[in-house]
Amino acid sequence: MRLKGRKITRGKAKGIALVSKKPLSFLGGVDPETGIVKDIESDIRGESIKDKILVFPRGKGSTVGSYVIYQLKKNGVAPRAIIVEEAETIVATGAIIAEIPMVDKVDISKIKSGQIVEVDADKGEVFIEE
Amino acid sequence: MYLTKEEELILAGEYGYALQKAMEILVALGEIYGADRLIPIKSAQVAGVSYKNIGDAGIEFLKDFVNSGANVSVYTTLNPAGIGDELFMERQREILELYKAMGIEITFTCTPYYGANLPKFGDHIAWSESSAVIFANSILGARTNREGGPSSLAAAIVGKTPNYGLHLDENRKATVVVEVETKLRDFADYSFLGYYLGKSLKNDIPYFKNLKPEKTDYLKELGASMAATGSIALYHVEGETPEYRYAIEDKLEKIQVDKKELEEVKEKFNAEWSEVEVIVIGCPHASIQEVKEVAELLKMREKPLKVPLLITASKAVKALSDALGYSEVIERYNGKIIADSCLIVSPVEKWYKGIATNSGKASFYFSSAGLKVRLENTEKLILEAP
Repeated sequence: MRLKGRKITRGKAKGIALVSKKPLSFLGGVDPETGIVKDIESDIRGESIKDKILVFPRGKGSTVGSYVIYQLKKNGVAPRAIIVEEAETIVATGAIIAEIPMVDKVDISKIKSGQIVEVDADKGEVFIEE
Repeated sequence: MYLTKEEELILAGEYGYALQKAMEILVALGEIYGADRLIPIKSAQVAGVSYKNIGDAGIEFLKDFVNSGANVSVYTTLNPAGIGDELFMERQREILELYKAMGIEITFTCTPYYGANLPKFGDHIAWSESSAVIFANSILGARTNREGGPSSLAAAIVGKTPNYGLHLDENRKATVVVEVETKLRDFADYSFLGYYLGKSLKNDIPYFKNLKPEKTDYLKELGASMAATGSIALYHVEGETPEYRYAIEDKLEKIQVDKKELEEVKEKFNAEWSEVEVIVIGCPHASIQEVKEVAELLKMREKPLKVPLLITASKAVKALSDALGYSEVIERYNGKIIADSCLIVSPVEKWYKGIATNSGKASFYFSSAGLKVRLENTEKLILEAP
């Protein structure tokens, strides 16, 4: 299945989807050393975002969250790509400085955790393997 | 979004990594929020300074940015730092050096407008620090969106910001009318009002009726509290703020705020004096008039304070307080003016269990950190404290 979205940062990636239905705070919400989600309000708490295609509605919390995304990348525990419903300043800025492909305006209800997902951010497209 | 030839070249990396990344951030935000182009800014105020907030992640990023030649291209001032143990202060100094290396003025204050960085009416600026954003927009009539640390830094480096949101006339109009039905007397009353409205209005643009603030400091606190508990970035006050005449249209929703709503906030922050270990004034950083008021109130006390008083302020206001003799009075009564720092971005929960303040913004952050808080007007704080 092919989903259409919009490019936020460029690049292509393929991996296993990790889908959350809750907004995600990176500052305090994701451990920059391990990539494990700690946000107590998150439905993917305890999961690792390392090498995943991370799918969630939008970012929340402190703008310092952008720096946490950068550190995740430096520590080798960042997601391979980010798919959101609605891009906002925190996650978009983080994805840019960390150079993680990112798309928004995607109907994320069509994506399930565990599916193999390919992101072509340059075209703003998401391809889900059936 | 339209980009000039030069902006295209920056985006393509012709001017190096730092400018390219900064431009990518501005272009992405412009696209997300529907900007038509980038506009030049007169100044930037950068947040993301305390080691408690930005941590090792922030240091990593700033280091890579500096190493790739990042330099600001407009006048840029900096938010306050945190205070902590030896290791914390070592990291804090590292952060200072990195910002300095980018050409940023190490002002370390959330009130740049009391000194180094005072925009004028209509100036486009890119500021982070929510209390400074709302002050610049509402009281000065300058124009900025509520930037984060990284986006204000990107704007400072490029010298431009995407043209959307509060940079445009049509987005600066009021979205709700607030009728204040009770007389607000002092700093703390404005804290209560701001705290209450931030929670109930989220990101509206309120238009206040029946508000007659005696001091600019009161408006500063009203804005800071609204911006802390909500995400308000602009408000208008009838007869007071520079854009109120153009701000209002028919058929706006109206809300009334009376004594009852303010009392509700007051009751949230009613720690006993026996639980209070420190009094904090200066959130946002105190003006010279606030310092003077405290010094004069202290002189009315018979004995020095048992509970120590900390006043946080900018270097500029501290120097003035020293020169005018207020610092000496404050120290005689067991108080201290601290420049460059902010307690809400410091690990206060390790030092204190209870705190008294006149600030709604400080109350919000201290209670989030797990402290017991007494929110009180300045006069009572100084005269009734043990």
